[in-house]
Amino acid sequence: MADSLIIKNLNASIGDRQILKNFSLTIPKGEVHAIMGPNGTGKSTLAKVLAGHPDYTVQSGEATLDGQPILGQEPDSIARAGLFLAFQYPSEIPGVTIANFIRAALIARQEKGAPFDAKAYYAELYAKMDALKMDRKFTSRFVNEGFSGGEKKRCEILQMMMLKPKYAVLDETDSGLDIDALRIVSEGVNHMRGPSIGCLVITHYQRLLEYIVPDRVHIMYDGHIVHSGGKELAVELEAKGYDWVKKELASA
Amino acid sequence: MSENDESQAQREAIEVDRTKGDFKYAEDYAFDAGVGLNPQVIDYISKVKGEDPWILEFRQKALKIFSDMPMPTHWATQDLDAINFDAIRYYLAKGQKPVRTWEEVPDDVKETFERLGIPESERKFLAGVEAQFDSEAVYSRMKDELEKQGVIFCGPTEGLRDHPDIFRKWFGKVIPAGDNKFAALNSAVFSGGSFIYVPKGVKVAQPLQAYFRINAENFGQFERTLIIADEGSEVTYMEGCTAPKFETATLHSAVVELVALKGAKIQYITVQNWSANVFNLVTKRGVAEEDAEVRWIDCNIGSRLTMKYPGVVLRGKRARGEVLSIALANDGQHQDTGAKMIHAADETSSNIIAKSISVGAGRSTYRGLVHMPKTLKNCKNNTECDALLINEHSRTDTYPAISVRGQKNSVQHEASVSKVSAEQIFYMMQRGLSEGEAMSLAVNGFVNDLVKEFPMEYSVELKRLIELQMEGSVG
Repeated sequence: MADSLIIKNLNASIGDRQILKNFSLTIPKGEVHAIMGPNGTGKSTLAKVLAGHPDYTVQSGEATLDGQPILGQEPDSIARAGLFLAFQYPSEIPGVTIANFIRAALIARQEKGAPFDAKAYYAELYAKMDALKMDRKFTSRFVNEGFSGGEKKRCEILQMMMLKPKYAVLDETDSGLDIDALRIVSEGVNHMRGPSIGCLVITHYQRLLEYIVPDRVHIMYDGHIVHSGGKELAVELEAKGYDWVKKELASA
Repeated sequence: MSENDESQAQREAIEVDRTKGDFKYAEDYAFDAGVGLNPQVIDYISKVKGEDPWILEFRQKALKIFSDMPMPTHWATQDLDAINFDAIRYYLAKGQKPVRTWEEVPDDVKETFERLGIPESERKFLAGVEAQFDSEAVYSRMKDELEKQGVIFCGPTEGLRDHPDIFRKWFGKVIPAGDNKFAALNSAVFSGGSFIYVPKGVKVAQPLQAYFRINAENFGQFERTLIIADEGSEVTYMEGCTAPKFETATLHSAVVELVALKGAKIQYITVQNWSANVFNLVTKRGVAEEDAEVRWIDCNIGSRLTMKYPGVVLRGKRARGEVLSIALANDGQHQDTGAKMIHAADETSSNIIAKSISVGAGRSTYRGLVHMPKTLKNCKNNTECDALLINEHSRTDTYPAISVRGQKNSVQHEASVSKVSAEQIFYMMQRGLSEGEAMSLAVNGFVNDLVKEFPMEYSVELKRLIELQMEGSVG
């Protein structure tokens, strides 16, 4: 399957702590998968390892985007290859406006020296902002500086919509969001859903999955996936709690 | 990094860049002051310039002060001791230009021109291959325009010779020869620079560009500039350019004096990008009379050591002074910059915003002086100094000296040190920016609000220049 994000037998650590243990997962393009799991089980590590974060060491395994290997690549190459990570805690970049930041990210994807169509850029940016119910004034605010939790997440989704990745990993996008913000952010993701993008939604709670209905749900525990199923698995998990997973594992 | 490694790294950075200053001199010039500094050299310079006896006397006195004054190493860096005054050529007469061929210009320099988009016609000139391009023509057009308004725009030699009534009164008064060792050196050997007089009420629309004037004359190693804005007049002066300047000499020591008479406004903009072997030791000060305004906008990039603290003496009621400065210190470079605000009348106000960026083993130092004596009232100062460190070998120090006494005077001082964090870089790289692009975006963001104060064409070039500096700093 060339048109997929494929992760095979991935082992990764930070310092001397082993976090991902023989992790495998395939996300075909056009599908939305959710990973749920208790805290500290390696969900965010998975996101960062895929994005090429320098703090993590990959011991073995592979990950490919539509057949193109990404492990060991620089974060910017992975991003330009088509992987987008919506951060759980996005960084602030003082003095750099959102408009300039997204523009720089788009220019980084162009041929060197190619002209940039600023008019079309702003038209698209404003349209996407309208969809996310973001004030136009937002474009001149500095990236994530002084943003509320909801504004930060909306800004992540805006970037995703503008950069049009092949695959997107949303790391705990629901954390710090009230219901209204959650709805708007989910609408943004749903708006992007389609045959040309694969999404991996990482979440601790089932709540988000009421808005972004996944095609598949995976339960992650101790560095790998222990259970996979349809969207009903999320409901089941919510009802029974993570202890259910632990007990089931213990008896297995 | 141990201290040893650090000095090693600094040395290497300096060694590498030293080639940038390599120029060959043709021998046997009719006008040659020779190497080294002594009273005969001063006599020679003054004679070649055909100066009045009082100027020669001023120069000789300054030389004496220079010789008697100790190096200010008790507060400034020991690196000053590395200057060998006996190995310096203090004066090169007209026609005595350095030469080198385009092939001898280092590739990285050519690359820089390319990236900055410097026009073909100017590249050879800037690289020191051609002594002149068409500066002469640009300057004379500009001069004709100004003459219609009664504005005088010339060099110090002509200024003191042709308009002594205007310039002699202020020459060496804002910054006397004894102000500091390097002001004394400049006073002894000054050559080149600008003398400007703007008559009462004249508002000069276009900024005056030193670039064309000084380049048409000689290279400005010991420039002397004096700008007098008469009552109610306004003028903006721009010095330097963002293109790297390849100095023929490793010591640059200028003196700049500004006089803003009642209600006048002077804005002095500097953008300098020195090669990494240059000692750039400059004294800049302005006097603002009643309701007058002096504004220094200063951007220092490059050099081995820059020491520069533009100041304003607020001498008349309601006078205003401002210093906005950006300093970027890369490997092996030390930017020792700051500002001085001397409040000497009631209701005067001053503003200092200084931003420094230290890259690699670069070092930046802020020194500020704000003085409000107890006899004054209702004076205000605002000082903000922000430092950005790019990585763990960078260094920044802040030495503010604030003395405020008297009634209802207020001072506000804010200082911050920030770092570009690994998480910020990862975040930006996750959006597709290379590490260098991410760094330069962070740095441009840091100086963003100050860069806006620069004229449009400068601010665009400045951004590109920062990008170039940052690209080389990662990896």
